[in-house]
Amino acid sequence: MARVIVLTSGKGGVGKTTSAAAIAAGLALRGKRTVVIDFDVGLRNLDLVMGCERRVVFDFINVINGDAKLNQALIKDKRNDNLYIFPTSQTRDKEALKRDGVERVLEELKENFDYIVCDSPAGIEHGAITALYFADSAIVVTNPEVSSVRDSDRILGILASKSRRAEHNLEPVDVHLLLTRYSLERVKKGEMLSVEDVKEILSIPLLGVIPESESVLRASNTGTPVAFDGESPAGRAYLDAVARFVGEQREMRFVQPERRSIFRTLFGRA
Amino acid sequence: MAGNLVQGAVFTVMVVRAGMLRDPGFAAELAQQVQRSPRFFLNAPVVLDLRGESEFAREAEFAEARRLLRNHTLTLIGVQNAAPAQLNAAQAAGLASFAPNSTQPSRPRPAGSPASASPPPAAAPAAAKSLLVTQPVRSGTQIYARGGDLVVTAPVSPGAEIMADGNIHVYAALRGRALAGASGDGQARIFCSRLEAELVSIAGHYLVSDQLPPEQRGAAVQIALVEDQLTIVSN
Repeated sequence: MARVIVLTSGKGGVGKTTSAAAIAAGLALRGKRTVVIDFDVGLRNLDLVMGCERRVVFDFINVINGDAKLNQALIKDKRNDNLYIFPTSQTRDKEALKRDGVERVLEELKENFDYIVCDSPAGIEHGAITALYFADSAIVVTNPEVSSVRDSDRILGILASKSRRAEHNLEPVDVHLLLTRYSLERVKKGEMLSVEDVKEILSIPLLGVIPESESVLRASNTGTPVAFDGESPAGRAYLDAVARFVGEQREMRFVQPERRSIFRTLFGRA
Repeated sequence: MAGNLVQGAVFTVMVVRAGMLRDPGFAAELAQQVQRSPRFFLNAPVVLDLRGESEFAREAEFAEARRLLRNHTLTLIGVQNAAPAQLNAAQAAGLASFAPNSTQPSRPRPAGSPASASPPPAAAPAAAKSLLVTQPVRSGTQIYARGGDLVVTAPVSPGAEIMADGNIHVYAALRGRALAGASGDGQARIFCSRLEAELVSIAGHYLVSDQLPPEQRGAAVQIALVEDQLTIVSN
């Protein structure tokens, strides 16, 4: 049964689109047929992060309005056959996301995909609500700072009260915390909330911690989902998060100080 | 999915004996009660008990009863112990039929005594049920336990607001706003196992986060109103 996953946060700029691209890429690398949809109508970015901006002809809104067929709008990733990108419109606004149209498109996608990853816009208005409404799972993207944590908390409340699962009294949306832009150095200096602080406030299971890393910026600018860069710390962290999402056990990395080198351990404190 | 369309729930509903509506003192006494706990009675549902009642066989009589209760902010939602003719009239008036129960009058009323002899010893809110919340109360959510206590067994986030006409118990961190005695009951208290609240209030007296003693931040406390002063006692 296909699963609809929403990447959401309330706050903007925390890394939803980067994470949506990376999680979708990670699922595709595991052989899952995955499509990633851009719900950020009017501020289209997912196509850039996925590196397919020059191949966009039709978009999500065209399909909702019946102006184009689904397979005309879906863009197949050039790096992985299991991965498809569903771009949105840059010229329309969020009101174009009609709920029944979105539902119809999602139902059609469910027939062909294992995972449907929805990249939500920021905010708690129509666009964000529509993106999370049909979700089976939610990955709440949070930065280790108080305003982001509070907005995530608000989104968790909305998932628990305004999603389709909540409205129809179905099993609640399965929620996960993804902590991004984490810097152990800054946590130690007291400039950032720690993983424990954030977990304590949000009280939901932790899916992964993505370290602040140059590789993320590089990946966005070159249009490569960071999970395709399995060598980079952020890429490895995303692959771990995806593994946990599908039920594997992985130890959390990047939350403990780097282990001291063998050399130092052998010869004591330098 | 169809099994989830209809869910069962148990509610506390006030029952009014139909005969009482004809009591000339009824309206005045009801007005007094409502005045004592306006929030408890605001839009509160009422069921009309027709046991031993010979009237109320016409729709118009139910409309009249509904109007009378409405004047006192109450909403007539149904009848119980109705005879077949009464039931038809009630249904025509858009009222639901409730199963008979063993309703006790809220206080004994000696026959022949004037209706407004003395105020009742306890106002109705004391009998109300408490509300139990087991899920985290998220930022932006508001929960109000009308007429009773609120018990929360999960954290209350910053930006959330919990209110009760009675006491508030939080068996986790309280980080949002908590308002006990919301209808003016100064006897209400707030209990929490970790005080990190943005605001605490009892019967309108409040303290904001900045005014909470730093040594009690994060502590298990109870908060009570003592001589019009909010007092925080570590447990």
